[in-house]
Amino acid sequence: MQSPPSPQASLLRYALSVAAAAIAWALIVSQVNAQAAAPAMGFDEARHLLGRTSFAAQPSEIAEFAKLTRAQAVDRLLAETRRTAAYPAPQWATSYVRIYRPEMSQEERQKAQRREQVERGLELRAWWTAEMLSTPSPLTEKMTLFWHNHFATSQVKVRVAQLMYRQNVLLRQYALGNFGALLREISKDPAMLIYLDGAQNRKGMPNENFAREVMELFTLGEGNYGEQDIKEVARAFSGWSIDLDAGEFRFRRPQHDEGEKTIFGQRGRFNGDDVVTLLLKHEKTAEFIVGKLWLEFVSPEPNRAEINRLAKDFREGGYEIKPLLRAMLLSDEFWMPTHRAVLVKSPVELVIGSLRQFRFEVEDPAPFSVVMRQLGQDLFGPPNVKGWPGGDTWLNTSTLLARKSFLNRLFRVDEMSSPELAGTTAALIDRDLMGERRQRAQTRLALNGGGGSMAGESMMAAGANATPFGVNNQMKGQYHFDANKWFAQYPNESDSSMLWKTLLAGPPVQATELKYDLAGVRAIALDPMYQLK
Amino acid sequence: MKRRDFLSALGASVGVLTLPNAFAQTAPGTTAAYKKLLILIELKGANDGLNTLVPYTDPAYASLRPNVQIKRDQVLQLSDRFGLHPSLAPLMPMWQSGEMAALMGLGYPQPNLSHFRSIEIWDTASKSNEYLNEGWLARAFAQVAPPKSFLADGVAIGGGNLGPLTNGSRALSIASTEAFLRNARLADPHGRAYNKALQHILRLEGDARFAGSQLKPKTDWKTDFPNHSLGQQVKTAMQVVSASSGVAAVHIGLGSFDTHGGQLGTHQALLTQLAESIATIKRASEELGRWNDTLALTYCEFGRRAKENASGGTDHGTANVQFAFGGAVKGGLKGEFQSLTALTGDGNFIHTADFRSVYATVLNDWWGLPKGTTQSILGGTYPTLGFV
Repeated sequence: MQSPPSPQASLLRYALSVAAAAIAWALIVSQVNAQAAAPAMGFDEARHLLGRTSFAAQPSEIAEFAKLTRAQAVDRLLAETRRTAAYPAPQWATSYVRIYRPEMSQEERQKAQRREQVERGLELRAWWTAEMLSTPSPLTEKMTLFWHNHFATSQVKVRVAQLMYRQNVLLRQYALGNFGALLREISKDPAMLIYLDGAQNRKGMPNENFAREVMELFTLGEGNYGEQDIKEVARAFSGWSIDLDAGEFRFRRPQHDEGEKTIFGQRGRFNGDDVVTLLLKHEKTAEFIVGKLWLEFVSPEPNRAEINRLAKDFREGGYEIKPLLRAMLLSDEFWMPTHRAVLVKSPVELVIGSLRQFRFEVEDPAPFSVVMRQLGQDLFGPPNVKGWPGGDTWLNTSTLLARKSFLNRLFRVDEMSSPELAGTTAALIDRDLMGERRQRAQTRLALNGGGGSMAGESMMAAGANATPFGVNNQMKGQYHFDANKWFAQYPNESDSSMLWKTLLAGPPVQATELKYDLAGVRAIALDPMYQLK
Repeated sequence: MKRRDFLSALGASVGVLTLPNAFAQTAPGTTAAYKKLLILIELKGANDGLNTLVPYTDPAYASLRPNVQIKRDQVLQLSDRFGLHPSLAPLMPMWQSGEMAALMGLGYPQPNLSHFRSIEIWDTASKSNEYLNEGWLARAFAQVAPPKSFLADGVAIGGGNLGPLTNGSRALSIASTEAFLRNARLADPHGRAYNKALQHILRLEGDARFAGSQLKPKTDWKTDFPNHSLGQQVKTAMQVVSASSGVAAVHIGLGSFDTHGGQLGTHQALLTQLAESIATIKRASEELGRWNDTLALTYCEFGRRAKENASGGTDHGTANVQFAFGGAVKGGLKGEFQSLTALTGDGNFIHTADFRSVYATVLNDWWGLPKGTTQSILGGTYPTLGFV
């Protein structure tokens, strides 16, 4: 695995500046449109809104949003969202070519495929990390990640990186679009068909995996369907398959069970599309989705009445996500002061947020995808179909210490190259190669340049949160924090509270007597409050 | 609180949200009981018990599993009815010396076939329609607290979720002792927590700091720890056990046993890892002179469907077998294997023993907690299984 060429690095820098320009432009426009009559949000509310809907609230953004009303600000945020990634995808991702390698033995072929998929899995993670670091539309990425967690699918099982990429494109396309359409597309998504064994679900030989999870985890929630419904839904989806040469959905009629089914007490010759329609008619679906979004955006304590109110409008409005999000972000609950700083940042929010907040120049995003994995959130690799449990469970002694260690390193000096971070990439390759089956020692040795490092194994042994620093490897992970430039955002050094008010969702718990210097920034980053949004 | 609300937020509805009454009334105390160690081994994704403890002479077995079958001449015979999967060969010495028990037919009424809900039922020792916040070990430690001098009440190895230690116990999550010790100096518990999330963080900071000061890992092991995932978790677990001021329970886990397709190969590899790791627990415990004080116990959310599926795998099922190991374990086959022919309407086994009987055995017979305490921890009376 070679480090991405430097053009990519400069691309990322370029993309970051584009992002900044886009935000600035949007702010000018919204300012012009601001109506004098409605009350402006002010600093605290602007910071809260941006903290929840973007990765990091920049001082200039907060200042500009503070002049808007809540409704203007929310409309502004929702109007700006992209539906495609801005950062260029790896070349292999955009064209699906099935390589047969007839000249190889079966074992060689498997080895080659495995190595290719592991490398591509890593590139894919790096690509999404770069997109999140540079996007002018952070809300799009947050929602894409939300749907990735909802329709959880893992490269570890799918093992075809192009299909994982395609699913990611799909999730982004509908991230703030229509949930019904997204559900329909997901039921035919090749990566999903592999992940939940749908492609193996045939007439007379049902596989219940997708049928169960589409109801339990994607729509209704546990307890709102019966075991018999699962069996019948599995029959309805039989024949939903994949054309492996094209990497696309294919309906195989001979494998589809055309018979009558009874689902939720209704009889009919249902197929998969009919099931999706039934699921969208079911009132629990909207409640389930809104309940999950509540935990993401509003508070860890669900307000049933509010959730049901929003869910009713969501369902009746045909499952449009933007109006739902608008209503949620404009609800009184969202703005309650007691609901600030009550949500634990995910590893992605912590890492991407920190890098964006402090405008780190990142030469290679790959090591940061590994850091996120160590903190418990492996992009394209959720732990199981339920996704990451999130909330307070992001933090245990192990992950909290790993977060603090990462933050501590970020600000130890104002410029450093990090062989430690770089080393993590090698370990990642190692771990992935082991995948679900037992690893082959030869493959591992080949990737480690014959060094025979056991780091990958010990990392796997220790789980996702191990810190396999010290792994020998040729990659260089450079990241750079320009402190002088960054502190220039704070011209008024006499008011030191501006520093924590910008960087923290609430008053610091431990960091006191803050100065506008690296020590001050580090103290804030290590404060427990920094873990919250 | 979180977990219950989260569930109801997701529309999980139903269920009685109560704790056993005695829970609130009993004052926490300390006990010497926890000098005896419990090691829980979670078989994530639900292990196929039918191919682990194989009823190889039962004709019904061959007809349920025409392809996903352990051949009669391959099983490691335990009796004229049952044999172990061949990958479990490293466990045979323990079986022969009476240090291994098979706990058969475990399940619960109204079984739930969702991984996530069912493991929650096992972790919290709840009824099928009851939503509890605390893990069963957390409840035990809240009623009868391990000594404050202990490194922690329980340690989850691997950095994952806390399972039965969730909510209320002093539980550590440790991925590797080296990383933990390196980073524990960054932990700082001071400051005022004015919301639940901050409370959670500051408690973790305190736990980490204390544990960091207590943990001094052994470096001169004679035991070789296998290089695979579970083997390395065992190493971390034994480091914690050897080096600390005490710990009552340790949790490790292996997966994924969710073998919906192509089961035979995957299952074989996983059971190999499991058997090697359990044999290593024995060796390391003996090296520490603690094998007689150690109880290792497997568990998972359910077994797999009686009949194999068309993908060379098995779907979610119900009743299942688990295993107990230790120098003080009363070995043998415990309880009654579920019938292979009397199945439920949807083709699932009917359990013969409640899984909470396993916990009752641990609480009563292993840790020696009073019957009344055990009852209130488990929200009912469950007969013990006689494996310790």
